[in-house]
Amino acid sequence: MTHEFFTLRVNGTDHEVADSWLGESLLDVLRDRIGLMGSKGACTQGECGSCSVMVDEVLVCSCLVMGASAVDQEIITIEGVAPIGSPSDVQQAFVDAGAVQCGFCTPGLVMAVHDLLERTETPTETEIREELAGNVCRCTGYGRIIDAVERVSVQRRATSQKESS
Amino acid sequence: MSVVEDTRTDIRPGTIGDSPARPDGIEKVQGNYAFSSDLSADGCLFGATLRSPHPYARIVSIDLSAAWKISGVEAIITADDVPGKLTYGLISQDQPVFAADVVRYVGEPIAAVAALDPETARRALDAIVVEYDVRSPLLDPEAAIAGSHEPIHPDGNLIRHQRIVHGDPSATGDVVVEGTYEIGMQDQAFLGLEAAIAYPDPGADGIELHVATQWLHEDQGQIAACLGFPDDKVRLVLGGVGGAFGAREDISLQVHTCLLALRLGRPVRMAYSRAESFLGHVHRHPATIWMRHHADAEGTLINVEARFVFDGGAYASTSSAVLVNGITMAQGPYACPNGRVDGYAVRTNHLPCGAMRGFGAVQACFAYESQMDKLADACGLGPEEIRLHNAMRTGDTLFTGQAVMNVAPVEECIRETAALPLPDEPVGGAPLDDGSPDAMKLPGGAGRTADARDIVRGIGWGVSIKNLMYSETFDDYSTARCRLTDGVATLKFATAEVGQGFITIAGQIARTVLGVDDVVLDQIDTGVGSAGSTSASRQTWMSGGAVDAACRAARERLFEAVGAAHGLEPIRLMIDGTDVIDTAGDLRVPVSEASAGLEIDETVEYHHPETEDLDENGQGNCHTAFAFVAHRAVVDVDPELGLVKVIQIATAQDVGNALNPLSVIGQIEGGIAQGLGLAVMEEIIQIDGVIRNGNFTDYLLPTFLDMPPVLATLIEQPDPHAPLGAKGVGEPPCISSTPAVVAAIRDALRQAGIEKPLDRVPVRPTDICL
Amino acid sequence: MTVCKIPFMTVAVPTTLDDAVRLLAEQPDAMLLAGGTDAMVEINDGHRRPDNLVIALNRVGDLRAWRHDTKRRTLTIGAGVTYTELMQEPIGRLAPALAEASRTVGSPQIRNAGTLGGNLGTCSPAGDGLPVLSALDAQVRIVSATGERTASVHDVMVGVKRTSLEPGELIAEIVLPVLDGWQGYAKVGVRNAMVIAIASACLVVDAESRHISIALGSVGPTVVRCPDAEQQLAAAVDWAASSVPPEALDEFAGLASSASRPITDHRSTADYRRHAVGVLGKRLARRAFTTEGGRT
Repeated sequence: MTHEFFTLRVNGTDHEVADSWLGESLLDVLRDRIGLMGSKGACTQGECGSCSVMVDEVLVCSCLVMGASAVDQEIITIEGVAPIGSPSDVQQAFVDAGAVQCGFCTPGLVMAVHDLLERTETPTETEIREELAGNVCRCTGYGRIIDAVERVSVQRRATSQKESS
Repeated sequence: MSVVEDTRTDIRPGTIGDSPARPDGIEKVQGNYAFSSDLSADGCLFGATLRSPHPYARIVSIDLSAAWKISGVEAIITADDVPGKLTYGLISQDQPVFAADVVRYVGEPIAAVAALDPETARRALDAIVVEYDVRSPLLDPEAAIAGSHEPIHPDGNLIRHQRIVHGDPSATGDVVVEGTYEIGMQDQAFLGLEAAIAYPDPGADGIELHVATQWLHEDQGQIAACLGFPDDKVRLVLGGVGGAFGAREDISLQVHTCLLALRLGRPVRMAYSRAESFLGHVHRHPATIWMRHHADAEGTLINVEARFVFDGGAYASTSSAVLVNGITMAQGPYACPNGRVDGYAVRTNHLPCGAMRGFGAVQACFAYESQMDKLADACGLGPEEIRLHNAMRTGDTLFTGQAVMNVAPVEECIRETAALPLPDEPVGGAPLDDGSPDAMKLPGGAGRTADARDIVRGIGWGVSIKNLMYSETFDDYSTARCRLTDGVATLKFATAEVGQGFITIAGQIARTVLGVDDVVLDQIDTGVGSAGSTSASRQTWMSGGAVDAACRAARERLFEAVGAAHGLEPIRLMIDGTDVIDTAGDLRVPVSEASAGLEIDETVEYHHPETEDLDENGQGNCHTAFAFVAHRAVVDVDPELGLVKVIQIATAQDVGNALNPLSVIGQIEGGIAQGLGLAVMEEIIQIDGVIRNGNFTDYLLPTFLDMPPVLATLIEQPDPHAPLGAKGVGEPPCISSTPAVVAAIRDALRQAGIEKPLDRVPVRPTDICL
Repeated sequence: MTVCKIPFMTVAVPTTLDDAVRLLAEQPDAMLLAGGTDAMVEINDGHRRPDNLVIALNRVGDLRAWRHDTKRRTLTIGAGVTYTELMQEPIGRLAPALAEASRTVGSPQIRNAGTLGGNLGTCSPAGDGLPVLSALDAQVRIVSATGERTASVHDVMVGVKRTSLEPGELIAEIVLPVLDGWQGYAKVGVRNAMVIAIASACLVVDAESRHISIALGSVGPTVVRCPDAEQQLAAAVDWAASSVPPEALDEFAGLASSASRPITDHRSTADYRRHAVGVLGKRLARRAFTTEGGRT
């Protein structure tokens, strides 16, 4: 079936995209067509991770996904992580640990950290560094971000221990 | 594994000394914080800039006709369309808004278009035909100094020459070491790309610009001059800033965006791509520095001779000030009675250079710290010993004759750094569970280029001095407005928040001084006086000082009101926690109650003491204040392949008073990352005046795997000259971290029996192994 | 299959290989889009503008599958298998050098999207998986509307970003031998993560046939094999003890360097690259064998 528009399912909602140039990246479609400004573009080469989103539960750079090819997939952006005003534990830990300075890398990092902790519950410092190596931050030097990740890992372990006892 | 240990328990939450969360933190983590690139307006048009592909050429003709024919193109402007001043600039206004008859660097703007969408704007740029008469570019700074190339600019090829002569410049010592050091061009590489949106006033006689920048009022003045408007007709509102590091101090897209908007009577947005950003802002000055250090046999400095050459690129920007910073601190944080320095800032057809975190001190520090290590070797001393032996103290003089009157804990910085533990894991770290080596602990990482046996570990030191605030008579004051009513303090300032956390400490200051809990921050715009630039590690001191002063003035009004209501002299009153109390009686009133129904409104300008110009021998009290820091780096090196991995960086930094310890740590870790980047990976490569790596694939920033853990000690000796005892902390971390890393590499190689000068940064693998 | 079409461009998202092949037959010069990690960079930078049909391949299930034929001792990997999948068990154990190469690719985001077929189709001299495919003498199954053919990876990789694929053809599968013996990969970059290879090497030891392969990346227009080095080392190895004299490693390194044809560009110099591949070759061989005299 051929259409003159395409539909993307973002954060559980369908969006019809009618006026895009089809070569546009998913990042451009999210920001310029759908109006979801949370994902950021800092390099458009997949080198910085600021545009990270989940597509069918896989972490990718949205600047490297052709928007029109992401049809029939579940796309989760930073806006879909938690309702405004009720930050996720990862988001809150970033704020508490001083892991946010200018904040431009932050949405992409929050996505990557959520993904990391889904796959590895208690990552070592080296594992954190390797799994987040695709997210570049120019402000923090990474120390407080690693602290934030470790805080969440510890908190989640404590919560699940409490729940199981 | 937080490195911040706060043993004080008596700090009221949210006040000075606490580390409260930043007020914009939740918005930023949830993705609904508006950076300037997130701003848009209904019906707005999109601007784009045509840039020169040549480093030096005469413009023969510009043909816009094909571009005009493209449907959706609404405006095209060139130099002919600039109604006011044709040039702009921070110190001298030598840079054209649009090149008219000559282009002087690759990327220089020639024209701008506005169109219905960015794609159409880009196609319009492609359709503009410019005929060039390409000239041979001036690329050699020595040729600029020697005068052997025609002037590439009416102001000439020499931006500034400054000499410093101090004491007996011919004094010699038993020990003499010399070297020539090169520092490559580093880029600030903030993530938040340049973007702005301009809203023209209905009569087209004024404009409002939302932009990410470092100094609203300086932008305002330059933009107004180019538009031919009075300053108050150009209103600037700070759009969310995604990092700055000096790159936003100069005008980039501001005037272009405003011109297009005024021409069309409609809002215009402009945004740079990463490739365009590399061309669109100034960079750190590449430099060549020759130094000769004289000492006695015990290693006591006797004389430092130096020659600095900074390549300022096509336009002057702040080259003059960068040069002065570099040469006036050529001796480093060390006492030395004699000195002779010649400094040149030159113009070439390379990319224009200006402010980047460290501002000249970075280049000087790599040179003088490399020299101090050579001196240590020649005197048979260790790197710490030579530095302790010569460490500057309060009252010592720079080569400019200026006595350093600030707290100067250089010795403490070195000793406290040395006291921090070295890493306990050996080269290669502990093996993995299955017994195999952990590649991620070795240079080369996942590339598995080496095994532990191929690696040697080295330790290196760097210590530095940095001036705070502006110099050479510049009055970089700051302004703040404080309103107090019903227990709520509202602050207004034009201080650019670029991520460093000024908005956090502003609230902390207000809570401390006024005893309120609720602080509201007004929009950051030109609706209040100038705050000066977010640069030069100055905002904690200057804007913190302004907020503090405005809050104190508001507190005076509060005490007057409370005094009047209770028949007490205001001088008896003070703030205790969240109450107003009578120090000589029983009165205790909550601030919220005491300020009920009052409308207190105080605006204060905070100025630092005056500074002086330098005379022709470089003598004069030209700087305002100083801060110090020491760094120790541990680096693992693969001598055969030339790959490195920084294992740890330890530091003790002279911060005066940590208003927000967590924010201070953030500045330290972030600054060290930039210092590490300059040491081993960051450089803009220009060949024949053309940039070759204007993208993040080839301009390499340190990643999570390149940055090591940082151990930091804060040296808190409150500075009596600083309004809150707090010194600026942003720049010192990126200054001596670079030479510390390079020194560690030299040390590692030495242990493998290899001597390499490593007199250039960034150090490349070929420098190490071939 | 979903197809979206505007005046100058159509993006088709087939879910079967047959649909993909048929679309390609109708428009042989269509742009094939796998993970996007190369193609989208070019489009974002403005260096490439798809002007009629884009065929997105990442939903074609046939291309995302793999199988291990224990009788033929081959591992067949669909062109759409991602680097992340190549690192997982059991593929990672069947082709460990490929798993190592995959780990060096960019970041989790890139590894999740980038595919082996895309890597081969782009055919960059620095392609991370390509030295492994070369050292293993991989076979490539190529399909089109008119049928299919199998070609050696050496015949597919023709030059800088040039394959021998004709319009209308697409890479369906890559077939690797599952060998008895050590294999490993190493890659040099200026920082510790996310780098384009300045030099890379893959060493494969086939203990059964007593054959050694070494393939070098980023030192020629396409991957370079080193027949002289391979013969030298195979002859020097004590296969019974799986050991080799240290001098033989140095000679091996020299022969590997000599086989390389590197250039100088903004990323590195020819001298460094030539030197680096020698060092990598020596170190890989040192991991593969014990050196006589006791030390590994």
